[in-house]
Parts: sequence; C-alpha cells; structure tokens
Amino acid sequence: MEPSVLVSLLIVLGLAAAIPVVMVILGRAFGPKRPTEVKYSVYECGLEPPVDARRRFTVKFYEVAVLFVVFDVEVAFLFPWALLFKKSSGFLFFGEMIVFLGILGVGLFYVIKRGALEWE
Amino acid sequence: MESYFTFVSSVLGFEPTSLLGFVGAIAVWAVPITAFVSVVGLVSIWLERKISAHIQCRVGPMEVGPHGALQTLADGIKLLGKEDLVPAQADRILFGLAPMLVFASTFVGFAVIPFSQKAVIADLNLGIFFLAAVGSLEAIGVVMAGWSSNNKWSLFGAIRAATQVVSYEIPLGLSLLAVVVVAGSMSLNDITQAQSGWVWNWFLFRNPFMWAVFLIYFIASLAECKRAPFDLPEAESELVSGFHTEYSGMRFAIFFLAEYGAMYIVSAIAVVLFFGGWYTGIPFLDHISGSIGGTTGVVVENLIGAGTIIVKSFLLICVQMWIRWTLPRIRLDQMMDLCLKYLLPFSLVLLVAVSLWQAFQGPIDGGNSVMGMIMLAATVASLIWMRRLAGRVSKASALRRELPVVKTGL
Amino acid sequence: MSAAGRGREGEWALSFHAIIFWALAAMTIVPAIGIVVSKNIVHMAFWLLGTLLGVAGLYLHMEADFLGMTQVFVYIGGINVLLLFGIMLTNREPLYVRAAVKRPAIASAVLLGVVVAVGLIQSFGATEWHTVKDAVAPGLADASAKAVVNGDGTAATLGTYLLSDYILPFEIVSILLLVVLVGAAYIARRDPEGGSA
Repeated sequence: MEPSVLVSLLIVLGLAAAIPVVMVILGRAFGPKRPTEVKYSVYECGLEPPVDARRRFTVKFYEVAVLFVVFDVEVAFLFPWALLFKKSSGFLFFGEMIVFLGILGVGLFYVIKRGALEWE
Repeated sequence: MESYFTFVSSVLGFEPTSLLGFVGAIAVWAVPITAFVSVVGLVSIWLERKISAHIQCRVGPMEVGPHGALQTLADGIKLLGKEDLVPAQADRILFGLAPMLVFASTFVGFAVIPFSQKAVIADLNLGIFFLAAVGSLEAIGVVMAGWSSNNKWSLFGAIRAATQVVSYEIPLGLSLLAVVVVAGSMSLNDITQAQSGWVWNWFLFRNPFMWAVFLIYFIASLAECKRAPFDLPEAESELVSGFHTEYSGMRFAIFFLAEYGAMYIVSAIAVVLFFGGWYTGIPFLDHISGSIGGTTGVVVENLIGAGTIIVKSFLLICVQMWIRWTLPRIRLDQMMDLCLKYLLPFSLVLLVAVSLWQAFQGPIDGGNSVMGMIMLAATVASLIWMRRLAGRVSKASALRRELPVVKTGL
Repeated sequence: MSAAGRGREGEWALSFHAIIFWALAAMTIVPAIGIVVSKNIVHMAFWLLGTLLGVAGLYLHMEADFLGMTQVFVYIGGINVLLLFGIMLTNREPLYVRAAVKRPAIASAVLLGVVVAVGLIQSFGATEWHTVKDAVAPGLADASAKAVVNGDGTAATLGTYLLSDYILPFEIVSILLLVVLVGAAYIARRDPEGGSA
C-alpha cells in the first residue's frame, strides 16, 4: 500500500476510535449522575430476571454459522478469480471456476435437500 | 492514482509521507469526514421520520426548524443530557467497547467510498473486498454488546443479528463478485470510471442479469443493516430493543449513528456498483473541467460528482425507508430460508450467467452501449407497466372492500 | 540506516513504518497474552479479535493487502463469530469462568511453548529474507513483487497463480469445503430438537 493510502486509512481508524470515546465523555460530562439500585438493574419489564441471561442457546445458530463460514471462504477464493476474469482469455478460466462452484453447488443442494436449516 | 489527499497536499504543498503531511492529513480529513457522517445521520433520521409519517398519513416532526429538520439535532442534544447508564451486572469493559466496534466497522467504510474522482480518502485496489471485510466486523461488535449487557433480550437479539449478518454476507459477496467480473477491478474508483458516459453505460444496464444482481445485493444489504423486513434482531414486540436494550444516552446514540451510517454506506456502494457512482449520466456535465478549465473546472467537476453520488445514495436510502414502512417483519425461519434457498442459489447462478455473458459479449465493440440502451428502454417500460399494474391493483382492492380510492403520491 | 541517500523525509518515512510495525506487533501480542491469562472464556474469544486484527494489520503493512483483508473477512467475520457461538453453546457454567488449571498442565504448556518458540526462531533465522522491492532489482522476475511495486496489489497475482500453477490445490479446497458442508448438514439434521431463540 502506498504511504499516503496507509496514512489516510490509519487516520480514519483513529477517528473511528476517537469519535465514540468523545461522545461518551461528552455524555458523561453533561449527563446527571443519580444512581439508584433499580435503575442499574437488568431490564426485564419490571420483574426480577428469572434466570441468568448468559445461558446456552439452541445449536441451530451454530450450524448456520458453520455453513456460512464455508461460503465465506468460497467467496474469498473467488475474489481473485473475478478480478482476473475480464482480462483473461475466457473459457479455461470460466471452466476452472465452474468446477469450483459446481462442487460447492452440490454441497448447497445437499444442505437444502437434507433440510439442515429447517426451523421447526 | 491521484486522490483527494494527494490533490490537496499538492495544493497546500506538503509531502504525504512527511511529518507535516501526516499532521496535515489529519486536519484535512478529520473535519470533513466527521461532519459528513453526522450530517448523514441527522438528515437520514429526519427523512425516516418524515417518510414514515407520510406513509402513515401523519405529518411527522414540524416544530423544531422548518418541517422539523432540526428535530434530530434537538434529540441529539437531549441524549447528551441523559445519564450514562452501565447496568450493574454488565461486563463494563466489553459494554463500553461494543458500540465503538460497531461504529468503527461503519465509519471505516467511509474511507473507501469515492465522493468524486478525487475526493476519496483511500482508493484501495481491493476497495470492494475491504468493505465486505470491515462490514463483517459489525457481527462481533453486536455479539459483544449482547453478551456484555447480561440481559437475555440483548443476547437473543445479538445472536439473531450475528447469524443474519454472517449469512447474508454470502449473497452480498456473490453479487459484488458479479460486478467485479463485469468491471475487471475491485477499486471503487475504477468501477465508477468503467461506467462513464451516458446513462446506459451504468452497470445496471450492462447485461440482462444486472437488475437481478442489484436486487439480490439490495435485499442482502437490507439484512446487513438489520432494516425491516429484516429487523428481527431488534424486534421490539419480542425482544424489547434487541442487542442495544441496555444502552442509553450517548452510547445508544453511537449505535443509532452507526445504523444510519451503514445505510448510507450500503446505498453508496450500490450507487457505485450499479448506478454510475458520481457520474450524472450526461457526458457534458461529467467532463465539465474540459470546458471551464483550470483549477476551477476541476473543483466544479468534483463538486458535481460529489453532489450526484450523495443525491443518488439518499434516493436509495429513501427506498430502504419506503420498504421498512411498507413490509411487515419476517420470521426467523423465513429469514434463513430466504437466504439459503433463494438468494444463495440465485446469486450463484447469476454469477455464472454474468461471467458467461461477459465472455461472449464483452469483447464485442460497442456491444455494451447497444445492450445498455436496450436494457434502459426495457427498464423504463417495465417501470411504467408496474406503475399501471399497481394502480389497477390498489383500485381493485379498494373497490372490493368498498373503500374510497385513495390517491397516493407514488 | 544508510543516511547517505536519504533526506529527512525518507528517514521519517522509515521510522513511521517502524512505529506502525511495533504498534501492530503490540496489538497482536497483548491480546494473545490476554487470551492466556483471562479467566473468562468469552473474554478470551474477544481477546482473539484483537490478535486477529493485529495480524491482519501486519499483513496489510507487509503489502499483502488481499491476505490481510481475507484475514478480516474470514477469521473475524466468520470464525470468531463461530467460536463465540460455540462457547455460548457448550459451556454449562453460567458465568463462563474457567476452572482452575492444574500445575502439570501449566508445566507442559510452558514446555510446549518453549519448543515452538525455539523452532520458530530457528526457522526465521534460517530463512533468507528479502523485501519485495529489493527482489525486483536483482532480476528476480517475480510477478507478485512487480505488482506490489506498481501498486496493483497482490490479488491479481495471487489469482493468476491460483488458477494456473496451483489449480489442483484450488479445486481440492472446494472438495474440502464440500466435506465441511456435508458434515455440518449431517450433524444439523441428526439433532432435530431445540426451540428457537
């Protein structure tokens, strides 16, 4: 990366960190501070929370995440291919991608057929 | 690659790599970009209120400023005066870090969106991929917010949000890939320049599949922004307010600003990828520096460009809002089904179709313009047809229910 | 530092890169230590975010722009979320506090760490490093080096290699991903119970 681009990105990153900090500091400076026990309790429509919030939850979400990480990797692999496609001579390139996509397409078909993500 | 930064630094006379240049760059960038992000937030929140109000036959905010334009500013000042609450059971450090992470993932996107040919902070070679990558940071920030709040509504909302963002990233990425195939570049600046000239050179009209690619991108981007009908992560009837239930005051404002910032980012990306970026679609206006000449010409040309892309992006934001206030929220299983069974296979097929088309038609001289004109005509014709159809349907359903026919603005 | 050919600007640029490198190194190592010493498993997963970001920054700084962004796209956007979900799913303890680690475990971990560290330092020392920009000059017609010097980035070169010389690994990756997909779908279906959150 060129130095000027790197510098600009770093500045934006710094700003991205600084703006929320400044906002919170301003909020603390101008806002009142009148803590009460109820105010600092967990929001639960006026009730005592019946259970601890940090419980285990359904495994479904984990499975969704696994599936999509696979496709994440696939998309990452396809980006260099897409970048080159226009300049390339065409069909060999196209065939290579079709094989790659086809294999994953089979996987996607299996996932859908098996009903892996049906939410009962 | 002459960016805004190198342009400004050459005018002011400092080297980008020098210490002075470093300090100068901070001044040159920090002020406008911070101002722009806040203005985007203020304007789009005001727009959301007005649009939702008019869709529901109300008038919306009217008191503060002309047509309530300063209402959001007043609300911001009000939020400033709120107590900074961190729930006693929360994980204090992560609770504070989460809004920063969500905000940063949006804010960094502004670095690569070009406002005009020169006004881009960092014209990365991999601009699109960078945007996709930093966008995925948001999922972590949201999980952090939900977990650290120690509130079950927050955690449920966060898990829903993370699942949604992670899964809709795939059709989003695949539709980005289709555009990269057509453009042959991942730099947002290059992609825009590939669409110069008349309106029909925009990528939306480049081949018969681009409309479908755009629709998939747009649907997926609604989900990425967690906007209705994909607002399950903050479904107020089930989860109170989702992952930011426990956030108040300025910390809530950060989330809110990030949400509207993200709406602008996804709209601006759509404009760059499909709607010609900063080009007006009229060659004379886009190359006005040729007829004015000198620095004035360059400045005017870049101002026209910046105005164009901002207006186009806000039009898309308005469409997002229109959809939000029209469609009901979908269920969790519908959300997953839509992504896995429809968007994902369709975007894979579209990617193949677009690359095939590119391989056959791409090399033909002038083929792009002819195709673009045909597609533009087809688009206009189908829009007129849809308008008529919509008019007939609403009239028919009103008659069936023996209601007075309401003339809508659309 | 050969100050002969360089003016003040060049020197500043050099130290600028050094500052960035050390900042990124700290950004990678401090969270790594955090992972080890943290008592809370969820905190460890969030510490990992810092390490992954630091590594991505190091890649970017080494001009490996595509690799750095892939690191963010796949590891942070996908795998770190997966890890968090996994932790929240499997841990029975409501507060995710790690059980006390036994002494022998610590000893073996330290031993393993020392072995790995020695191995890494050894291999770093044995490798003949050269910067990309130097590599072009002595006539090494390395396409990726040229691309970096020209400012084209690494994605195109990476793609060229991936689709010509390394096409077999590229396609094998897709089979590997297929296996993961099938496995995930199989596990998902075997356990149909469980409501929705």
